[in-house]
Amino acid sequence: MKPVHDILVSIRDLRVSFRLDRTTAFEAVKGIGFDIPVDSTVALVGESGSGKSVTALAILGLLPKENSTLGPDSRILYRDRNLLQLAHGEMRKLRGCDISMIFQEPMSSLNPLFTVGFQLIEVLAEHVGLGSRQARTRAIELLREVGIPEPETKIDAYPFQLSGGQQQRVMIAMAIACEPKLLIADEPTTALDVTIQKQILDLIAEVQKRRRMSVLFITHDLAVVGEIADHVVVMRDGEIREQGPVQRIFEAPQDSYTQALLLCRPQLARRPRRLPVIDDFLNRAPAAAPDAPERSRGLRGDEAIVIEVRHLGKSFYSREGLFGKREFKAVSDVSFKLAKGKTLGLVGESGSGKTTVGLTVMRLHEASSGQVLFEGKDLLAMPPGVAMQYKRRIQIVFQNPYSSLNPRFTIGQILMEPMQIHRLGSDEQERRNMADALLEKVGLPGTSFFKYPHEFSGGQRQRIAIARCLTMKPDVLICDESVSALDVSVQAQVLNLLQDLQDEYGMSYIFISHDLAVVKYMADQVMVMNEGEIVEIANSDEIYLRPQHPYTKKLLSSIPRGWRGPRESPIAPG
Amino acid sequence: MSRAMTTATSHAESPGLWVLAWRRFRHDRVGLVSFDIVLFFVALMAASWTGLIASDWAREVGVSNAPPTFTGPKVASARLEHAAAPEPLRRDKSDESAAVDPLAGVLAEIRASRPPAAADTEIVDPLADVLAEIRGRSGSASADETRAATLIFGGDKWGRDVLKKTIKGTETSMFVGLAAAALAALLGTVFGALAGYYGRWIDDFFNWFYSVFTSIPYLLLILSIAAVLNQKGTMTVILILGLTGWTGIFRLIRAEYMKHKVREYVQAADAIGASHMRRMFVHIFPNVSHVVLVQLSLHVVLFIKSEVVLSFLGFGVGVDTVSWGSMLNEAQTELLLGNWWQLAAATAAMAMLVTAFGLLTDAWRDALDPKLK
Repeated sequence: MKPVHDILVSIRDLRVSFRLDRTTAFEAVKGIGFDIPVDSTVALVGESGSGKSVTALAILGLLPKENSTLGPDSRILYRDRNLLQLAHGEMRKLRGCDISMIFQEPMSSLNPLFTVGFQLIEVLAEHVGLGSRQARTRAIELLREVGIPEPETKIDAYPFQLSGGQQQRVMIAMAIACEPKLLIADEPTTALDVTIQKQILDLIAEVQKRRRMSVLFITHDLAVVGEIADHVVVMRDGEIREQGPVQRIFEAPQDSYTQALLLCRPQLARRPRRLPVIDDFLNRAPAAAPDAPERSRGLRGDEAIVIEVRHLGKSFYSREGLFGKREFKAVSDVSFKLAKGKTLGLVGESGSGKTTVGLTVMRLHEASSGQVLFEGKDLLAMPPGVAMQYKRRIQIVFQNPYSSLNPRFTIGQILMEPMQIHRLGSDEQERRNMADALLEKVGLPGTSFFKYPHEFSGGQRQRIAIARCLTMKPDVLICDESVSALDVSVQAQVLNLLQDLQDEYGMSYIFISHDLAVVKYMADQVMVMNEGEIVEIANSDEIYLRPQHPYTKKLLSSIPRGWRGPRESPIAPG
Repeated sequence: MSRAMTTATSHAESPGLWVLAWRRFRHDRVGLVSFDIVLFFVALMAASWTGLIASDWAREVGVSNAPPTFTGPKVASARLEHAAAPEPLRRDKSDESAAVDPLAGVLAEIRASRPPAAADTEIVDPLADVLAEIRGRSGSASADETRAATLIFGGDKWGRDVLKKTIKGTETSMFVGLAAAALAALLGTVFGALAGYYGRWIDDFFNWFYSVFTSIPYLLLILSIAAVLNQKGTMTVILILGLTGWTGIFRLIRAEYMKHKVREYVQAADAIGASHMRRMFVHIFPNVSHVVLVQLSLHVVLFIKSEVVLSFLGFGVGVDTVSWGSMLNEAQTELLLGNWWQLAAATAAMAMLVTAFGLLTDAWRDALDPKLK
């Protein structure tokens, strides 16, 4: 069907290194080469530090001049011109006109002080040379093309008046304004909710087909790649591990790292007892047989209840006028029960109130109404002194391991502090021994005791945060997006650790996440929240197989499912 | 300062923030040189404090307004010496000595024409004979034995060694700067921590307090407090500067606390049951201590300069102490006579310390600022 592919951009032996200080340099990209054909989507996949964004910046000529050096043989050929040797002015003309880019954070990529129309028209005037009236008409057309409702009025809106998804649409409109031949999309959907992500992915695919341009799609998420890409390039540590057509990568991956990436992520269809981790693949043959016994999840209804939440409500107030205040209900009338030794998954999009529920239950936020019954006593009605005894028994693991550990404390101090506060253990030596034992339990070397958090990677820090909670031997652990900030392979390790700990200590988890696949893997019961209210609550298998509420259905249908066999070919022109 | 320093020492065992910052700092040449200069001044201050050097700064070792050695005794100095040499002996009349009495010639004439009987009404200089003898013995060109004609850095009106005065002044000025900055940093940090951490009415209260303080012009505020205290002395200057100078630090620390109190690590501290005070000063404070340190050294510079201004205006240290400000104050009148060395010495010392301290602050900020991840 497709014509023989022309090559639009070909990258040969690209090497980029960054100078860290006077003596050491860090090679971020180690001699990679791949082609971007005309009229197709190439996905560049890799975890953090794989060099995928550096590659994109090199194509655009946006590498920082002061501390980056390119290899002598590096070439990026764009229609037989080496982009790396173009003069500054020429590159500038090319960039934004022939090659354009969309970024991860639409909010920070748009100037908040100007209307979106102004910013769009600026691009059109600069690169296409349209007059102001023509440019405005063209801008409205573009906004319509990217699916902004009522483009005639929205053109005069400021960025903050648009939702995150609409902002990303505007960014796409700006990127395609000059009819580029190549669009580079750097994690364009990572900051967006899953339903919005689907819309944006569909939009990019649609625009790509309609304009017959090439897209270089950079992402860490293989499921997204399966939805959108024609070719896949898998990178790790600055090297290409594997590249090929999407079908081959998904159906017959050759490289062990690619295989690992595909299987580390929890899948909706299967629930192995233990998630495979990257070392399984890199060190030896994959042990996970496809027919290994799966873990069964769900409540039978006769489990002991640890926490019962009744009609929980939380309102925030903002001042309005001189004396008035406006109420915003972040959470209203939420009731649920948490069974002992089981996991309750809490799913919802940003702003649905799921984090607020977690924080309110453990009194980190003050509730506006409702009860939280823990062993029959209402936690929310207790005076602070009494609540202290219960505080230790409900603990939380936060989303961002980079900010949840105090950077000025050693790991030892971090682990010993809760024991000192709650007078656990008889003396310092015993506490020290307990801390050492916990470090071993979460898989960290004993030498970590004297180190500072900045010496650890994200996954290791999340282990430290988990160990800190374990020092207090809690009955309930709230995981607030605890694995969302981690790379796919690390995510699997932390999920396995959480599961092992639950099996060993019989803790109950409230597992808060926007990631439906992870929740499906971890949770016995799933609670779906939307705009502060519970939409649906049911056993995990039940809810994924037979969602009742339309919102749940919409949410589930938006999950990127990876490769699902050959897609229908693009509409043949003419 | 003390709190920041204890944090530094308690973290010294393994590479924490302070050790890493020190490693970065060691690569900063300008910073290191400034650090050495500041250390030199601190050593000078300590030595002078303990009386190792410059304890005899008040001794009148040279002739009045003795010029620096490298310029040599000026031609003019002979005349000056003649006019002013007896002056220290009647210091109570010191203001007469500076101005030339226009009637001196007339008086001398009258005295000469008068019979000797009138001599008993005159005040007889008891040392006049001794002085005359000394002068006669040593001659006019060479220095006399008790009073040098030139001093290394010159002498002041009373013949005190300017170099020693400068060293003694360093002690006063630096002590005032350091102590006042420590006081201001302490007030600013505690107020800022309370306001930023608790928010709500506590924040409002401190903000009103802050606004009242900053609405009064700075110098006017200083002068009014000085007038109220109505007591001259080093302690007073420290109090004045410390009590008025905390406002800037307060704003910064308040902002830092507002930023940090919503961070996850503080929430985590709440979750493990840490009290408010513990969260404020054990968890958050080490994370903002670099801000305090930089502010502290900025304010040392500021307060050294303020002390000079205060002393220059006459609200500073008492007459029995010497500071750079009081030296500059004296230099006002000396300059009219062309005696520039006291001004030069005080200015050079101050400029050197202030510049070095400023550069050191910059280097500290660079070393401490990059966020550790």
